[in-house]
Amino acid sequence: MNRTEFVESAVADQLKPKDAFPEFSVGDTIDVHYLIVEGEKERLQIFQGVLIGVKGRGVNRTITVRRIVANEGVERIFPMHSPRLAKIEIVRHGDARRAKLYFLRERIGKARRLRDRRRGLKWINEG
Amino acid sequence: MPAAIMGRKVGMTRWFLEDGTNIPVTIVEAGPCVVTQVKTVETDGYAAVQFGFSDAKPRRTAMAQIGHDAKAGTVSKRVHREFRCASDDEANGFESGQVLDVSVFEGVKFVDVTGISKGKGFQGVMKRHNFRGKEATHGVKRAHRRPGSIGGHATNLGTGPKIKKGKKMPGRMGGEQVTVRSLDVIHADPKKNLLVVKGPVPGPNGCDVYVKPSIRLYKSKANKQAKA
Repeated sequence: MNRTEFVESAVADQLKPKDAFPEFSVGDTIDVHYLIVEGEKERLQIFQGVLIGVKGRGVNRTITVRRIVANEGVERIFPMHSPRLAKIEIVRHGDARRAKLYFLRERIGKARRLRDRRRGLKWINEG
Repeated sequence: MPAAIMGRKVGMTRWFLEDGTNIPVTIVEAGPCVVTQVKTVETDGYAAVQFGFSDAKPRRTAMAQIGHDAKAGTVSKRVHREFRCASDDEANGFESGQVLDVSVFEGVKFVDVTGISKGKGFQGVMKRHNFRGKEATHGVKRAHRRPGSIGGHATNLGTGPKIKKGKKMPGRMGGEQVTVRSLDVIHADPKKNLLVVKGPVPGPNGCDVYVKPSIRLYKSKANKQAKA
């Protein structure tokens, strides 16, 4: 067992089960249900945006979600295995040809939209 | 005083607490260690327990070492360390050949970890002694990271033609014994010989570290504990 495997085995109990989230990929528009603590109260906040990157492995895995709030781009990074990350829902499948969609940061207006993957993959289903 | 133990620094990762916050942690593969000798005031002049960690190749070990460890009924160990005991009675609570593992830290909240820090090579005063250096502009010429005046004619008495002894200057940095005190024990798993402590630990991954329960917390941490 090499070093990385050893570290990963040590924190294996912290990982969520593999089927904890639906299968999603970069480019999808997702709803992230995140538990936030306000004083004594806890509530679920939903952050909807485009998944522009997945980073790290094992317990270090994080997702970066970008959305536009009041004409201002907002990106949030969520640790996938955080107990506070309650749920991920897929709103729309987007078609992305690269692993990190950082180019969206420079795009303005309608250019921000991504092609719907279902439409893009239609010919595969037919074949 | 509870027992101490030797371990191997495995590496760092993150750890999620129950409330969802995540903290940086270091994973230490601690033990198992074997008690190789119990020292008492009567025989050795002081009370202590000596233990060995990590098997050594017999071919590379001196016969005296092999014999010493064989007395404890174990294969020869690569590293030997000892921890002091308050009295003979306490030292006699351990017996030679006894195995020390992470379970000795049961109920221990804070530990001190000692290791040899990473060597940094020859470094200037800003990195080595946290000097401030000089301004980037306002007429400073090629002296942005220099130490400045080293104190003209001062001796240890205050006068004389020499520089004060121990003056902080550039030089070799790192590669020395460092102890970090009062690290939180996040998780201990005697089955896997794992110890998870909060924050970094001296040395590169794979180095030997000495872990002992904290006798006294450092001040700011003690204050924090008192408040909570």
